[in-house]
Amino acid sequence: MKEPGDDTVISIVGLTKRFNGRTVVDDVALDVRRGEIVGFLGPNGSGKTTTIRMICGLLKPDAGSGTCLGLDILTQSTRIKREVGYMTQRFSFYEDLTIRENLDFVARVYDLDDRPRRVAETIARLGLERRRDQLAGSLSGGWKQRLALAASVMHQPKLLLLDEPTAGVDPQARREFWDEIHRLAAEGLTVLVSTHYMDEAERCHRIVYIAYGRIVARGTVAEVIARSGLSTIIVSGANVNKIAALVQGRDGVEQVAPFGNDLHVVGPDAALLKQAVDAAVAEVGGGVTAAPGATGLEDVFIRLMQQASVADRTSNGGKA
Amino acid sequence: MSASSAFSLSRVLAMMIKEFIQLKRDRMTFAMILAIPIMQLVLFGYAINTDPKELPTLVTSADNGPGVRAVMTALATSRYFALRPGFVSEEQASRALVDGSAAYVISIPPDFERDLARGLRPQLLIEADATDPSASANALAGLPEILASALSTVLTGPLAAEAAGASPVDIVVHRRFNPEGITAYNIVPGLLGTILTMTTILMTALALTRERERGTLENLMATPATPFEIMIGKIVPYIGIGTLQVAIIIVCARVLFAVPMQGSLALLIGITFLFIAANVTLGYTFSTIAKTQMQAMQMTFFWFLPSILLSGFMFPFRGMPDWAQVIGAVLPLTHYIRSVRGIMLKGAGPADLVGEIWPLAAFWLAVGAIALLRYRRTLD
Repeated sequence: MKEPGDDTVISIVGLTKRFNGRTVVDDVALDVRRGEIVGFLGPNGSGKTTTIRMICGLLKPDAGSGTCLGLDILTQSTRIKREVGYMTQRFSFYEDLTIRENLDFVARVYDLDDRPRRVAETIARLGLERRRDQLAGSLSGGWKQRLALAASVMHQPKLLLLDEPTAGVDPQARREFWDEIHRLAAEGLTVLVSTHYMDEAERCHRIVYIAYGRIVARGTVAEVIARSGLSTIIVSGANVNKIAALVQGRDGVEQVAPFGNDLHVVGPDAALLKQAVDAAVAEVGGGVTAAPGATGLEDVFIRLMQQASVADRTSNGGKA
Repeated sequence: MSASSAFSLSRVLAMMIKEFIQLKRDRMTFAMILAIPIMQLVLFGYAINTDPKELPTLVTSADNGPGVRAVMTALATSRYFALRPGFVSEEQASRALVDGSAAYVISIPPDFERDLARGLRPQLLIEADATDPSASANALAGLPEILASALSTVLTGPLAAEAAGASPVDIVVHRRFNPEGITAYNIVPGLLGTILTMTTILMTALALTRERERGTLENLMATPATPFEIMIGKIVPYIGIGTLQVAIIIVCARVLFAVPMQGSLALLIGITFLFIAANVTLGYTFSTIAKTQMQAMQMTFFWFLPSILLSGFMFPFRGMPDWAQVIGAVLPLTHYIRSVRGIMLKGAGPADLVGEIWPLAAFWLAVGAIALLRYRRTLD
């Protein structure tokens, strides 16, 4: 299974990274196949960026091994860099160069042949012909991100690593960005993308959830939700605020979150949950309706995060 | 006082507290605040001495006897001259002045003893390296008195009376390389090195920290570009800029100050290239250590201060205590200034400057190695 067949793009086991004695990435295993869009999710500081940096050779792992595009991540990082496109969290092209100068720089760094044509093509694909001599720093957030994506795939990488690519970008630009990602994946590009956004997670073929440096869930969105075993009851009506206060902390209730005029009550045991909600509804004396609803990805993640937090405190408790 | 437009002590206090907290966190600035005054005091207080003593002196002699011995003893005890024991040939002496290993050469003519005994006031020739006029001035001014008192013990009988009057020897001073003692001859070549130090180090120190601060470094490191390629690519443009500065200064030195150019321009360009390369590599090393552009500027300043004070640019190198000379000998500026003065004023050739060229090359290689080692670790 570890044998990097034609289909395996990333195959790593036991990946671990420590900074000043603190374990940031802990025994992470990851398998990604060709053409997949894998969403890498997790709270801030959970080790997403560090993992991505280890895959593309920007950081040396303290433990673990694996391959990326059939190349050893420990010894062949120079060759990996040639085959991988990496888009950093922050816009990391030169704001004081024009769009064309930036692309030209990238083309030279990757030693691309037929450079002027490739640069012109990339500009054309972006639809930036008229603005190609504009400084990159003067572009809006959405355009900067499109430019960064175009620059990251100009050398035709086989794997694209995106680190929170859509932070601070408006919904329209995000939508277009994801359409582009799917187009690239359909052409055979493999994509590993980290994100906070649930709607973006749902646009991935598969998701991996990491918390406190450990992978705590993986699979398709439906699988992750199903495996969580959570049930949800949606309460709506005039008195939802009172209900919220009443159900909080009762047996079987784990999360209580208002969504507009509705209240989502989530718990691991469907029967207990119904009991608790029914009791609260009875106490306020009606005026509300309670009905079973679909559990969202966000509810699952909040649960996973809380569980991981408890586990982390237990395992790291002995440390100074 | 609660009106929001009025002056509020609380708001001023808020700013002050915040400034102190930030200052405390910025270790580098904090270190500079403490280290700069200490460094300045030590350097100006102990290292700098505008009246250099113990200057290396060679003697060529065509005669020997009690008079010659008295002269040499007197020179040695005056503490201005550090006499190399024994005599050297004229050729050796002249060479030593050019390569800078001697500051003075004293020549005793034939029949010195005889003429001295007859009261004929024999000539005593003193050649001084006058490239730095101020460094040699005090020793030369004190010379007649030193010799007069020394010879008074040798001269007895009727000659003693003569000794008390005019000097018993005729002191002839040759100020070599800068006979008119023009300060600009000394300053302009020195400025060449100083300006290059300041600009080349600063420009390269900012080069990598700017990438880091703007976040472009991470992207650069994810590309196939190797640290060595990045270093070369960053350094070469600044070597070019440094070369342009040199051209400007040399033309100005000639046109505005009429500084002579005794030696080979090609040699000057070659050594200048080595010096710029060493500085630019040092700047690059700074930029691998500094986290921000601000820190890079502070480090450059920290380097610049001793360079200017201990290199022999502002104050005579030989006037400094040994520890300061050791520090000065490590600085590239010291060797560069000596080379430029050597080539422009003394017409020194490659053989005369070997002692300045190898320290520059060694410094460059050492700093380059540090830069490469440092760079590999930057993201980890």
